[in-house]
Amino acid sequence: MDVLSLLELRGVAKSFRKPDGGELVVLDRIDLELREGEILGLLGRSGCGKSTLLRLVAGLARPSGGTIRCLGREVREPPEEVAMVFQTPALFPWLTVLENVELGLEARGLPRAEIRRRALSAIDTIGLDGFESAYPRELSGGMRQRVGFARALVVHPAILLLDEPFSALDVLTAETLRSDFLDLWSDGRLPTRGVILVTHNIEEAVAMCDRIVLFASNPGRVAATIPIALPRPRDRHDPAFRDIVERIYVELTARPPAARPATAQGLPGTGIGTILPRVSSNLLAGFLEALAAPPFSGTADLPVLGERLGMAIDDLFPIAETLQMLRFVEIEGGDIRLTAEGRRFVASDTDERKALFARALLAFVPLAGHIRRVLEERPGHRAPWSRFAEELEDHMTPAAAEQTLRAVIAWGRYGELFSYDDATRTFGLENP
Amino acid sequence: MIGQGIDAGFAGCECGRSDLRAFPPVSVARGTGAFGLWDALAALLVLGVLFLLAEFGRELAEPAPEPTPLPLDPLLLPGLALRTTLRMLAALALSLLFTFTYATWAAKSRRAERILLPLLDILQSVPILGFLSVATTAFLALAPGRALGAELAAIFAIFTSQAWNMAFSFYQSLRTVPAELDEVARSFRLTGWMRFWRLEVPFAMPALVWNMMMSMSGGWFFVVAAEAITVGETTVVLPGIGSWIARAIEERDLGAVGWALATMAVVIFLYDRLLFRPLVAWAERFRFEQEAGTPLDRSLVLEALRRSRLVALATAPLARAWRAGYRLSARLARPAAGDRNDPLVWLDRAGVLVLVLFGAYAAGTALETVAAFEPGELLRAAAAGCLTLLRVVVLLVLASLLWVPVGVWLGLRPELARIARPIAQMLAAFPANLLFPLFVSAIVAWRLDPDVWLAPLMILGTQWYVLFNVIAGAAAIPRELRDVATNLRVGGWLWWRKIALPAIVPYYLTGAITASGGAWNASIVAELASWGGERLEARGLGAYIARATEDGDFARIVLGVAVMSAFVVSINRLFWRPLYRWAEARFRLG
Repeated sequence: MDVLSLLELRGVAKSFRKPDGGELVVLDRIDLELREGEILGLLGRSGCGKSTLLRLVAGLARPSGGTIRCLGREVREPPEEVAMVFQTPALFPWLTVLENVELGLEARGLPRAEIRRRALSAIDTIGLDGFESAYPRELSGGMRQRVGFARALVVHPAILLLDEPFSALDVLTAETLRSDFLDLWSDGRLPTRGVILVTHNIEEAVAMCDRIVLFASNPGRVAATIPIALPRPRDRHDPAFRDIVERIYVELTARPPAARPATAQGLPGTGIGTILPRVSSNLLAGFLEALAAPPFSGTADLPVLGERLGMAIDDLFPIAETLQMLRFVEIEGGDIRLTAEGRRFVASDTDERKALFARALLAFVPLAGHIRRVLEERPGHRAPWSRFAEELEDHMTPAAAEQTLRAVIAWGRYGELFSYDDATRTFGLENP
Repeated sequence: MIGQGIDAGFAGCECGRSDLRAFPPVSVARGTGAFGLWDALAALLVLGVLFLLAEFGRELAEPAPEPTPLPLDPLLLPGLALRTTLRMLAALALSLLFTFTYATWAAKSRRAERILLPLLDILQSVPILGFLSVATTAFLALAPGRALGAELAAIFAIFTSQAWNMAFSFYQSLRTVPAELDEVARSFRLTGWMRFWRLEVPFAMPALVWNMMMSMSGGWFFVVAAEAITVGETTVVLPGIGSWIARAIEERDLGAVGWALATMAVVIFLYDRLLFRPLVAWAERFRFEQEAGTPLDRSLVLEALRRSRLVALATAPLARAWRAGYRLSARLARPAAGDRNDPLVWLDRAGVLVLVLFGAYAAGTALETVAAFEPGELLRAAAAGCLTLLRVVVLLVLASLLWVPVGVWLGLRPELARIARPIAQMLAAFPANLLFPLFVSAIVAWRLDPDVWLAPLMILGTQWYVLFNVIAGAAAIPRELRDVATNLRVGGWLWWRKIALPAIVPYYLTGAITASGGAWNASIVAELASWGGERLEARGLGAYIARATEDGDFARIVLGVAVMSAFVVSINRLFWRPLYRWAEARFRLG
């Protein structure tokens, strides 16, 4: 074997039992490996199961199928060779920086002197000198995440797992922390042989990783693997860098027809069991207006639009897809275009917009039409929340059903299709 | 949180923190709504234990020699107050021990949880003085020396006033450890021992300390009651403030009553300054949701302790030993979760089995005794319960009508609220039974109807919970909301209806729930009172239990206690819990 495999995932699956006895597949037969000396990126939208996969690797949850091998041994409990940096740094607020860093060493029962020596050295490496006696609440977000890194590195893990460690930080802080980490990594000053980075930030993944695995949702699965051979340090404005970013956008917005069994025409929103994102009508309108205005005038490159609006894919995609579902825009090959209906929406006043929105809802969001029909058929024109929640839970988790209903309620209210009283949890047709 | 309010005032910042609702009363905190099979088993278990204790006491009890009466010399009072306080602290230590074991067991074992949780819920609704009546003779019989037995009985009674809600709060914290910290602990392979002290105890600390201090405040009432009690032929007199008051009542000595009141006021003040506030301020550092730059609450005493070298010297070896414990635990055990051969798993199974078997046995005993009652007795007790319920409801309404407007008025004036809140809180800790003689002597002097006029005693001590919670609620109304009201010229009744009342509802309920629970407890001493030779009795369940205690009629004591517990549990589950839920969902600010 020429390249050593630190981690090996074979046919790993994770599913949850649904209340009706069925199974909800979150991860579907993942094959993956982490090679010696590599930073591997797991990229995908929220809900694609990438964080779940990371937890399986960390031994925090057990897969329902397949095997995970870490340095040749099967993972059954949190392996000693793996340490994780969490999204919220998840520091113990009652422990000082030093005590937080020492935690993992104490758990190994090392001698007191060695614990202290290694902790101080890790604190030094990660640039936390002088903060040893501070409590997490006294630190800025960036400093807290540094503690998170020090806590993980101090146990000298062969494999470091990074669960969106930069996503809760502001842009500048995240950039500093990223480049500091990459410097340490490139200089070989980290005790680590391989890194897995989970992220939903495309540029971050391209800047940091040697290989990126793209995830698709419902169920979570590997959509593509993209090797990145650019030399470090990488320049974001380098055309080769931009090409890879563009390619990933295209991959992530492309919808292979087989991927979504519920969608007959390859468009989302055709089945009642589609999970709807909670996107405010204000955002939808604002997005359409931004797209209609110069410099885009109706057509935009998604990465460019995202950058201009200051949105990562987790914010950008739900909006774009909702508008696509409502046929206000078309998305193709990483480009987004206003439709005639979308242009009409932008040109209208509030009442006309509501009418257009209501029409689109009834035509393209089956759940909205379904609720409206049920309410019209019932003699009192009222129906309880549970009437629809139970129906949705045949297709999705209770949490997703809740989110979907909340989304359709907000849209239904904007389009004045139906009303909802949260105190009694009932839908109705009357509009006060 | 109240304690914070005081200290925030001290730090010159109200900060608008509304943490009071972070710790809802435990009687409304549990998930399940209706009664279940396990609840029934738990009820039988508690009933059975009470019966067994009573049986045990009755068989072994012998008429005690008349205790030598204490002289009413004011110079003795500091010493007596100290003994009373020591009893409280001993009970507190016991309660902590109980909390760490019982609650941990309930939180870690699904099997045990099913019985331990309902058990806790039933236990916390048993009137504390009921425990006292039943336990006194049993402890006297158990302990080698009579004085020791009496001490143990008193400490046990105080324990029952503290332990349940501490355990409840700890259990709830254990079940709500933030997922990310749990993952950190697991991924860094913390041992069970380390996890407990590094993660679980610190995380539980703010709520635990708050509940501990609240129950300790409530405990003063019961320590005073426990120091002088007569169960049948047995009279217990323990040196303390409580026995002093009992003697003063016998002697009809209002001056001595005054001395006791003054001493107790000093004790409560010191308790507030030296224990309550420093502890609550200390527990602040364990708060999980903290934002950068939020000033911590302060306590002068705590800061003095923290800066003291002596304290640092004394605690350093302790900290070192604790750390050595972590390393030792790491070397001894690997965290192998769910190991079938784990001795703890067997211990858990055995423990639950013992509980269930004991429950069955106790249930048998209880049913046997119940069968011996004439059917009318249960009806009589239930009717008495209805009378007491009526009193509790009327008093709560009256107290609310008085204290809600006052509390809102105070709460909207930060300078006043800062002074009023700690005072109301100290008043709630002040054992109201010390004040009873003043009222009772007045009722005797003016020949008032005891059925009506004894009633206010029930809520004398607990009405303050309504007041200080309402103050906290009103103080937490966001500045902008009040500005909007002023800006839109919302005034008068509209202002109360749309702004003040909705904003304080959850706070008010917290206070009202505590006040009503306290009133039930107090009814046992409030409905049957005496002044010298004069006896006043109101018809009610409290008087029923009190009289049975005097007569040493254990079957009746247990019946009365059981009926009262049934009332309290039903009211909690059918009234307060849904109401609180609704208020939480409806009136949550922000």
